[in-house]
Amino acid sequence: MDTLIQILDLTARSAIPLLLACLAGLYSERSGIFDIGLEGKMLAGAFFAAAAAAVTGNAWLGLLAGIAASVCFALVHGFASITNRGNQIVSGVAINFSAAGLTALLGQSWFSQGGRTPQLGSEQRFGPLELPFAEALSEVPVIGQIYAELISGHNLIAYFAFAMVPITWWVLFKTRFGLRLRAVGENPAAVDTAGVSVVWARYRAVIVCGILCGIAGAYLSIGLQAGYVKNMTAGRGFIALAALIFAKWRPVEAMWACLLFGFLSAVEIRYQGVELPLVGVLPVQLVQALPYILTVVLLAGFIGKATPPRAGGVPYVKER
Amino acid sequence: MTRDLPKWIDFGLLPLINLVVAFLIAGLVVLLIGENPARAAYLLVRGAFGSGYGLGFTLYYATTFIFTGLAVAMAFHAGLFNIGGEGQAYIGGLGVALVCLSVDSILPWWLTFPLAILGAALFGAAWAFIPAVLQAKRGSHIVITTIMFNFIASAVMVYLLAGPLQKSATLGPRTRDFEAGAQIPKLDWMFSPLGIDLGSSPLNITFLLALVMAFLIWLLIWRTRFGYEIRTLGLNPTAARYAGIPEVRIIVVTMMISGALAGMMALNPVMGDQSRLQLEFTEGAGFVGIAVALMGRSHPAGIIPAAILFGALYQGGAELAFDMPNITRDMIVLIQGLVILFAGAMEHMFRPAVTRLYFSMGFDRAKPEEAS
Repeated sequence: MDTLIQILDLTARSAIPLLLACLAGLYSERSGIFDIGLEGKMLAGAFFAAAAAAVTGNAWLGLLAGIAASVCFALVHGFASITNRGNQIVSGVAINFSAAGLTALLGQSWFSQGGRTPQLGSEQRFGPLELPFAEALSEVPVIGQIYAELISGHNLIAYFAFAMVPITWWVLFKTRFGLRLRAVGENPAAVDTAGVSVVWARYRAVIVCGILCGIAGAYLSIGLQAGYVKNMTAGRGFIALAALIFAKWRPVEAMWACLLFGFLSAVEIRYQGVELPLVGVLPVQLVQALPYILTVVLLAGFIGKATPPRAGGVPYVKER
Repeated sequence: MTRDLPKWIDFGLLPLINLVVAFLIAGLVVLLIGENPARAAYLLVRGAFGSGYGLGFTLYYATTFIFTGLAVAMAFHAGLFNIGGEGQAYIGGLGVALVCLSVDSILPWWLTFPLAILGAALFGAAWAFIPAVLQAKRGSHIVITTIMFNFIASAVMVYLLAGPLQKSATLGPRTRDFEAGAQIPKLDWMFSPLGIDLGSSPLNITFLLALVMAFLIWLLIWRTRFGYEIRTLGLNPTAARYAGIPEVRIIVVTMMISGALAGMMALNPVMGDQSRLQLEFTEGAGFVGIAVALMGRSHPAGIIPAAILFGALYQGGAELAFDMPNITRDMIVLIQGLVILFAGAMEHMFRPAVTRLYFSMGFDRAKPEEAS
């Protein structure tokens, strides 16, 4: 039981940054803007969050700085792919490299610790929150244990991430903003004919994407860890992208996909080099590659069909 | 509606403006760090071209980037974006190493080298094959599948190098060193008559192979029927389909050539420099290929100078980091990002302004076309 709870706890911790980035991509791609720059935006968010938290001593200012940096990169992506009608994939690649280069350079020049930020104290980061009665209930078998050790004890951003799942569902499918967002991703010409600005709708989606990526990055550097280390996202942006495809661009499925990939990473951490019954020693690399392999298999159409938003990746040109 | 600009603006001035903007922003970052951009640029150029040793390294890196740039450009012509050059090069290295490890004590280098070329090309092409088929037959987005294949390649290589191919645990994840039969010649014989001493730089005959491949790719794309079909598919898939061009075959073959070119990149570091297969030998060269192809406008004549520019950035950047410790080699990653942004995603940003300027200044002696 304890092992199971430990693994599930680790699963949740690995899944949270994925979930935030995945939902970020969901907004952008549902509006017709492909975004392979999730990784770069997360990285910028993580670095600037930790840098600002280290300098100001305040976690909230850190979070804001992380969000602001990520939104800046998101706006560059928007400017390139919405206003300039450039290639969205190329722009995303550019965002990833620019962010990786910039964070490493500034990190070295500001803090001179090889790209790290200074170690953050408890005031400068989002610490675990004890949910009410967690202490009292921890003695109750199973339910109390799950409540005290799995559900309680995460930080604010973690609860926010899971709250974003129903919120995103509601925003996308129950509000006018969501309807327009989905419409510009499927048939921008029709939206334009209805007198709604395609450009503005897509920009808003891209900005929301930036905000969520910034929070995802901040979760890594001032939530989970106490400080930023160079290239700390380590490909999570791409796993989030894989999860988004796996979820077929839907919010609730996105959560399950992120939990699945989080679970894989938990298994990888927990069972490294441990002899398992029947399987023998699990090659770590296989487990690491599994999210990518699963995504390719899904894309190949062997487990259902992943159909992206119809106007995704196509710049909108108003008819003249 | 659109008035045509002369070629020197389209292929000369506009790319140059984009490049200059990218470097100006990089200069701003240098300023932000508190160093002098002009001095940094001077140190960089001196490091890259100021000595035979520096030049040797610049061209050594350029060799790698010619291969990966050609790989990306090849796919671009068919309208495909191959982000998987990194993974294909990584697996290509496996092909090189397997050939070298099995024949290096039997054959002389001039027999090993052609075999290694085949090994690199074959393994690289094979790694591009699955994403290509999935794109051609099942419509799976090639950008996503090639990204996934980069990560899978990395996992495969870590597994092999830390397991079956590892020589000893103390030396870490790498193969044994190659014997004399897999040592390829350096290019001193070519440069010393010019009075250039390459010193200990690893510039080797792979450089010549890269130039040959650039010529062959030019021939293939612009002088053969197959190349014509590739370009037709890339420019207008619908027209290509109506013209009876076999789409599936073109996509698969183009991607395999692209993968083969990326794979051949591995010859340079694995055989030409390190003489063994080790982790991360690609050092992101597959991604530099994207910037090189965009900057070189997917034409071999543009790719070679673009590759040399990035070679100079790599070599000069390493020297620069000695003098200005705050400007680490991450600067190159930033410049790479900026070049991809301005030469790629925002390539048309300055076009309206330049067009307006050009026509308002009366440079067009010919009558402008009527608006349709």
